[in-house]
Amino acid sequence: MLLNREEVRKVALLARLELTDDEIDQQAVNLNGLLDKFEALQEIDVSDVEPTSHSIPMVNILRDDLLVQSLSRESTLANAPESRDGCFIVPRIVGDV
Amino acid sequence: MSELFQLSAVEAAQLLQAKKISSVELTGNVINRIEDVENRVQAFLIWDKELALSQAKVVDEHRMRGEDLSPLAGIPIALKDNICTQGIRTTAGSKILYNFIPPYDATVVNKLKQAGLVLIGKTNCDEFAMGSSTENSGYHTTSNPWDLERVPGGSSGGSAAAVAAGESLLSLGSDTGGSIRQPASLCGVVGMKPTYGRVSRYGLIAYASSLDQIGPFGRTVRDCAALLNLISGHDGMDSTSTSVPVPDYTKACESDVKGLKIGVPREFFAQGVSGDVDMLVRAAIEKLCELGAEAEECSLPFSEYALAAYYIIAPAEASSNLARFDGVRYGLRTKELAGHISLTEKTRNEGFGDEVKQRIMIGTYALSAGYYDAYYKRAQQIRTLIRRDFDRAFEKFDILLTPTSPTTAFKIGEKSDPLAMKLADVCTLPVNMAGLPALSLPCGFVDGLPVGMQVVGKPFDEETVFRVSHTYEQASLWHTSRPLL
Repeated sequence: MLLNREEVRKVALLARLELTDDEIDQQAVNLNGLLDKFEALQEIDVSDVEPTSHSIPMVNILRDDLLVQSLSRESTLANAPESRDGCFIVPRIVGDV
Repeated sequence: MSELFQLSAVEAAQLLQAKKISSVELTGNVINRIEDVENRVQAFLIWDKELALSQAKVVDEHRMRGEDLSPLAGIPIALKDNICTQGIRTTAGSKILYNFIPPYDATVVNKLKQAGLVLIGKTNCDEFAMGSSTENSGYHTTSNPWDLERVPGGSSGGSAAAVAAGESLLSLGSDTGGSIRQPASLCGVVGMKPTYGRVSRYGLIAYASSLDQIGPFGRTVRDCAALLNLISGHDGMDSTSTSVPVPDYTKACESDVKGLKIGVPREFFAQGVSGDVDMLVRAAIEKLCELGAEAEECSLPFSEYALAAYYIIAPAEASSNLARFDGVRYGLRTKELAGHISLTEKTRNEGFGDEVKQRIMIGTYALSAGYYDAYYKRAQQIRTLIRRDFDRAFEKFDILLTPTSPTTAFKIGEKSDPLAMKLADVCTLPVNMAGLPALSLPCGFVDGLPVGMQVVGKPFDEETVFRVSHTYEQASLWHTSRPLL
């Protein structure tokens, strides 16, 4: 299974990476190289094998619903590239797309 | 007496406890060493003399007042730069976090502060811990203290090099596919990945959450045991940290392997392992047999599929974890005027390096509609088969011994092919897939470069790993060798 330029471009969009044409070509080479290595996995019979997501048993852990100190608004916003009036500032997303 | 920076952490701790030295003296000596060799080793992304000395002074004052202190109080430690430190820049080796100052401490940092360790700096690593050499760092490449033209390994290469070079007595790294053990091997120090769930990951900048684990570096097995004592245990902030009781690991550091059953998995001695490495690891196993252990070859047949399965699972988790870097809440934001999707795309393209982009791409593809079953689910099923291989081996054996890295440290720039680089982790990856504890310790030298042996234990049986490792270390004394810098 080999990916062409358009398919790589679609993956880049899903991954929110703006790649140049050269980078798309480079990614296609890398992706196809890896996919080629993954072919070996298709030969294993996994029909009755449960998938493992974690090596330890995962259970929901609930804690008591207690009021605890959380990060202040000020320290939460301290790393923001742009903030104003206690909010993160992002480009306008309504009305001009 | 030799210089203080050359001591093991436990030796230095004994001198501190006996009040023969102060933490200010010890920390000052380590800082002098950093000032002397750091321009050649470049283990750190950031280090702070005044901050370190002020912490040391506080510990000394507590000690003079006769307060009850932890065994490692006053010992300098360096942290991999993907571990969040409140008020101290934390980049994970990435340009996209070039200005990130965490508003909180990772749980391990909290624990170290409570135990009175002296934080001296943040160490270099491959970007978001993706790599095996530190060459993928967004900032610079760290040099191996044994040969400055060679890599220290990675991704925790700065943490390993700092301990090897005497720039810190202890350090922490993180290990997703070998990122503690492989650089420990290449730098001639001891490094351990605990069982998955042993140490809280809260505040560790996530790469692949089902595989990541924080662990210690030291110059001796006992140093790593003492440090693991301080950072282990359940944490309400990490639902994958377990409540399995934490024993005193330093008590496991005794010389006794009589009747111990060692498994030697043959697949780990194939796959590009150099003849010299093969020979030294087998000689180390022979040594343990002379001391009373019994060794037998065994097979973990599915481990040869671990590399391919890992490069589906880890990038898939990474593509999800790294979605948070969007130029809105922290880190880099593109200077180009852009709408909101374009802002994210441009920011990520400017901020991420090539290897990170490649892993995000393969992970996104493996999780995308129509391919999930063929790749991600299948890789998880193979993960089950890998774990079953280990479970079966541990029905018969107490411990498994393998090479840590197929080769000694390679030259900076030598492995330009990303696939060739990935083979550096072929002996360590299967252990993460199974979530087992494993330690790398020195077992000899080839042409002046250290070789490491990997000691793999049953889940939550770090004690046997420490016992076997300590027994070999004390019988071999490789840990007393230091690089000439």
